[in-house]
Amino acid sequence: MNYGFVNQDQLEDIDNTLKEDLVDIGVECVMLIDMAGNTIAKCDNGKCTVDTYAFAALAAGNYATVDAMAKLVGETEFSLLFHKGEKASIHFSKVNEELLLITMFNKELSLGFLRLKVVEVIEKIRNICGQTKVSAT
Amino acid sequence: MAFINIRNKEVQVKIVYYGPGRGGKTSNLEYINDKYRQRIKTEMVSLKTHGDRTLFFDFLPFDIGQIKGYEVKIQLYTVPGQVKYNATRKLVLKGVDGIVFVADATKERRESNIQSLNQLHENLKSYNLDLFKIPFVMQYNKMDLKKSDIPVLPVEILQKDLNSRLRAPAFEASALSGGNVAVTLKRIIALTMTSIQKELL
Ligand SMILES: Nc1nc2c(ncn2[C@@H]2O[C@H](COP(=O)(O)OP(=O)(O)OP(=O)(O)O)[C@@H](O)[C@H]2O)c(=O)[nH]1
Ligand SMILES: [Mg+2]
Repeated sequence: MNYGFVNQDQLEDIDNTLKEDLVDIGVECVMLIDMAGNTIAKCDNGKCTVDTYAFAALAAGNYATVDAMAKLVGETEFSLLFHKGEKASIHFSKVNEELLLITMFNKELSLGFLRLKVVEVIEKIRNICGQTKVSAT
Repeated sequence: MAFINIRNKEVQVKIVYYGPGRGGKTSNLEYINDKYRQRIKTEMVSLKTHGDRTLFFDFLPFDIGQIKGYEVKIQLYTVPGQVKYNATRKLVLKGVDGIVFVADATKERRESNIQSLNQLHENLKSYNLDLFKIPFVMQYNKMDLKKSDIPVLPVEILQKDLNSRLRAPAFEASALSGGNVAVTLKRIIALTMTSIQKELL
């Protein structure tokens, strides 16, 4: 497959961490997308009706735009991207050069707690992706 | 590059409609969106200005069913054609698997077509992609204007300007009425899937 770094076992591990560390603590929907707008993994609480394909396309574009703006003002990147709404909020974080983690959550979850969990999950995903391929897929 | 998910047995393929401003890229997607409602499960996303010019991109997911047991999701994008938006065009090209070049066949746009194609060549290079190797279809749009007073370039000239070295499949089209829009789409999907299929198990 094209992405040398995500095989079947890795995808399963990623799904598990998205569910256990984010959805189970109250995140409504979490997606791992690549910078081209593909959805790599997705997990939600069963109540999420977001059109994930369109969302991934927009999120990748949004991230790339903000990233380009950061460079224009002399930053290497803006590490936190956060959009707050009346009920729903969206949090973006970069996992590595290719991957972006997006979490959608409501006001019952505090941003501080979410950020802690997101940092953990990103660390786990990096570890999973860093693993050498165990089986040929 | 296509994302192949071996777990859900799903392939996501990115096809980009590229070309000079006002050439008819968005019109191609709008026609497809109208004509193939049953294959499109969600709304078309258009990021545009009040004047209907594409500001960032249009996005239209298109299901073609299964190939080798994989559910194939074609994701159609357009770039903004206006000269000033090249940074945005580059962003949209990231991860592209196949390209339709929508040329504007009207005489006054002759130079714009050539410039846009040259810039595409450069933009692809920045991703280490080669215009001569990527799945590619040429579309000469607005051919319906031959019946009007507006001067339209003959296909021979368009071929010579834009396709003499590429030798890509080329179609005369009219995105407004839908002429050859589906034919263009089918051909780029076929070419792109052929190049990806080797990687499906
Ligand atoms: N006569 C004719 N007009 C067309 C055709 N295709 C598009 N147009 C018209 O050309 C204009 C521009 O079309 P768009 O589809 O918005 O062009 P675009 O390439 O998306 O333009 P940008 O978003 O600025 O890059 C519109 O007024 C269309 O109605 C065609 O086949 N024939
Ligand atoms: Mg447009």
